[in-house]
Amino acid sequence: MSGMSGAVALNTFREAVRDRVLYNLILFALLMIGAAVLVGQISIGIERLVIINLGLSAISVFGLVMAIFIGVGLVYKEIEKRTLYSLLARPVRRWEFLVGKYVGLLLTLVVNILLMSVGLAAALFAVGRPLLRSDLSILTAIYFIVLELALVIAVAIFFSCFSTPMLSALFTLAIYIAGVFAWEIRDFGALVHSPAVHLAVRVVYYTLPNFHNFNIIAAVGHAERVPFSLIWQNTLYALLYVTLLLLASATVFSRSNLK
Amino acid sequence: MSYPTRTRALWTALAGAALLFAAIAALQMRIDSHRTEGQGAEGLLLRSPAVVKNLSLGYGSLLADIYWTRVVQYYGERVATRNARFDLLWPLLDITTTLDPKLVTAYRFGAIFLSESGDGGPGRTDLAIRLVQRGIKANPDVWALDGDLGFLYYWHLKDYRKAAAAYLRASENPQSPPILKMMAAHMEQEGGSLQTSQLIWSEIYASTQSKAVRDLALKTLRQLKVQQDLEYLNQLAGEYHKRFGRMPVSLDEMENAGLLKGIPVDAEGYPYILSPDGTFHPSPKSPLAASVSADMPSPAAK
Amino acid sequence: MALPVIEILGLTKDFPTGFWRKRMRRSLDGLTLAVEEGEIFGFLGPNGAGKTTTLKLLMGLIFPTAGTAHILGRSIDDTQMHREIGYLPEQPYFYDYLTARELLDYYARFFGYGAAERRQRVARMLERVGLADAGGVQLRKFSKGMLQRVGIAQAILHDPRVIFLDEPMSGLDPIGRREVRDIILGLKRQGRTVFFSTHILSDAEMICDRVGVLHLGKLRGVGAPGEILSMESHGMEILFEMRAGRALPADLLPRAAQTGQRYRIEVPEAELYGVLEQLRDCEARILSLAPVRPSLEDYFLRLVESPAATPAVEEPVR
Repeated sequence: MSGMSGAVALNTFREAVRDRVLYNLILFALLMIGAAVLVGQISIGIERLVIINLGLSAISVFGLVMAIFIGVGLVYKEIEKRTLYSLLARPVRRWEFLVGKYVGLLLTLVVNILLMSVGLAAALFAVGRPLLRSDLSILTAIYFIVLELALVIAVAIFFSCFSTPMLSALFTLAIYIAGVFAWEIRDFGALVHSPAVHLAVRVVYYTLPNFHNFNIIAAVGHAERVPFSLIWQNTLYALLYVTLLLLASATVFSRSNLK
Repeated sequence: MSYPTRTRALWTALAGAALLFAAIAALQMRIDSHRTEGQGAEGLLLRSPAVVKNLSLGYGSLLADIYWTRVVQYYGERVATRNARFDLLWPLLDITTTLDPKLVTAYRFGAIFLSESGDGGPGRTDLAIRLVQRGIKANPDVWALDGDLGFLYYWHLKDYRKAAAAYLRASENPQSPPILKMMAAHMEQEGGSLQTSQLIWSEIYASTQSKAVRDLALKTLRQLKVQQDLEYLNQLAGEYHKRFGRMPVSLDEMENAGLLKGIPVDAEGYPYILSPDGTFHPSPKSPLAASVSADMPSPAAK
Repeated sequence: MALPVIEILGLTKDFPTGFWRKRMRRSLDGLTLAVEEGEIFGFLGPNGAGKTTTLKLLMGLIFPTAGTAHILGRSIDDTQMHREIGYLPEQPYFYDYLTARELLDYYARFFGYGAAERRQRVARMLERVGLADAGGVQLRKFSKGMLQRVGIAQAILHDPRVIFLDEPMSGLDPIGRREVRDIILGLKRQGRTVFFSTHILSDAEMICDRVGVLHLGKLRGVGAPGEILSMESHGMEILFEMRAGRALPADLLPRAAQTGQRYRIEVPEAELYGVLEQLRDCEARILSLAPVRPSLEDYFLRLVESPAATPAVEEPVR
């Protein structure tokens, strides 16, 4: 990453923080406290499971909402308010700006998720068991959530390069849902006995960002071990896909006339 | 940027994108193989039909169709891979029929395959009856469901009185074929006979639209034929005993006595075996060898 | 003077219009222009003439339909060239969650200055645009005039050789306008080139070495302000008050417009002293005396209609 992108990234992070993006943490904390208190009373024996499932799901959902709704406005807001004009008159290339915006939001989300993770750890501790070795896989699940969100932000930025925030948010959400259910789409295709449909479904399956890859919340809840190869494969997958999306975004954005 | 360089940049980007997509697809294949090994990739997001129905936001029938395809796909995949676990068959059918109580196909499918045991189903006749009864309640005009209920009582529970009652109810529907009355009568008189079984399975074979059901009916009919053949062959062996005072030890002896012409074979072409004790058995190699006798009402119950 | 610092050749920009974006509207039509080093160049034209479009093209914010442009001998595609130029957008707006100091510090990062240098530069710039005391205030609390000053500060933050200012005086009070004029003249003294757009003639007249006049996307004339903006005065406007009981001389009466005790009268320059004598005789109190100038719209209208207006360039071949 160039120094140019770095400057943009830091400013994006600062904007997010000053826009009170971190307020969601209060909600998360309340959720965790409430869960820790309630869970002891109602679900005997599966306190840990409930806290892990709830905590990881909440981290994922909060992150997703932020990634989509901040992501689609990242570029659009700077064009709309014309703050981009004086920025692009610096020796900044457009792709550097785009990468900076991307990294800035990713940084924001990582910090946010780290704080939420601390909250989750506290809640786990509160329901009364020392942390175990198998809890390391919770970290893996959180890492996968970060990878997932890294991909979501890239999708959001891609759409926002040629669409309004409202539509971009819709598109991004649609892609996310489709990506979560990519498996199902492929299996449906397998039912149809037309080679053309088979091919089409396979193309769609491998083209969609497969968000299913990153969901190991259920497995982690039951203290299943996550194979190391899945970790590096998912990392590489996210890396490649983000690169692809940023490349596409930069290509579109570098050619667009600013309003 | 001037136009030629911008065009070149565009082509470079497109080529890069294509390469990246290829790499992503390759990686996804590795991730997929991983997952199927690791955890069986089996899962049902929501098991509660009520919850699914609420979440369907009024698109229940559409969602039912989706779940119905899942049922067929799930069952087909289990049978094809000889994976004799059908844990999700009931919840899937339960959700499907809750979402769309008018989906008769689903009840009928469930009637046959929930009750099948072994490689063909989970052997849960109780659930099958529950499903079909729910279907009859929601679709009182569909006589076929009464027929299916009769079948379940007859074939799996050997409760001929209840079976006869169900067939009779089915036959009361003016649209039902006359054969149902005959079936009800047969059931009353000789519930356990081979002929009744053959009659019922022939009817299932003729009336179904599902390939899976038809295959099962065909296989069962062939197994029934094996049963019938064996009954006949053993009768001949008894005849031999009557004439010669001992059981036959070879097919040649039977043939010489004029009781057999050639080697008898089953519907799949496998010859029947004469065991040393003088009784006939299907060839162990025949796919029909796993006799229906476990499920079949035994001929002795006549 | 050496090579031109800004060299524009046949620059043309079409914008799609209409729902299907099929029709094209030509916003800038074959602009050819050269600006020399050390000049203050005024880019004049009424609203919608294509001034902002030109500046956005030069900054690479939009891309030309046809034509090329070079700044300091480098193509406008070259973002590295941006190290040497500064730009004030029209009605600038900046991240309003930042303070003025933070904003300038952010922009300074793009030139690779160290922390100490950034701090020093930012302080100097805030001083120069008269915002030394407001450096720690969030920009959301800034008035339009203050934002304009921040905009100028960010444009000259890195000592650029060429400075582009889009309507730098708009939104400023008379004192603010004078300060901006002083800043521009200061830049010229440092040997910088300033290219600024305005629709206010007097701004251009006061400080420009040369002006170019743009109308409906076409350049209508380039030259020294004196020759281009030859401002023949329409005469003088006198505003005066009559004492109670005194009457206006009969020959002046039909020419005067009355509001209460006040009168307004327009006279050709040649008659000015005669009329003033008459007014003194009847003890009128003179409230103001000002030259009557054509409005900018009048001026442009005349310029466009006048066959004498020399076309700046030949029509580019398309």
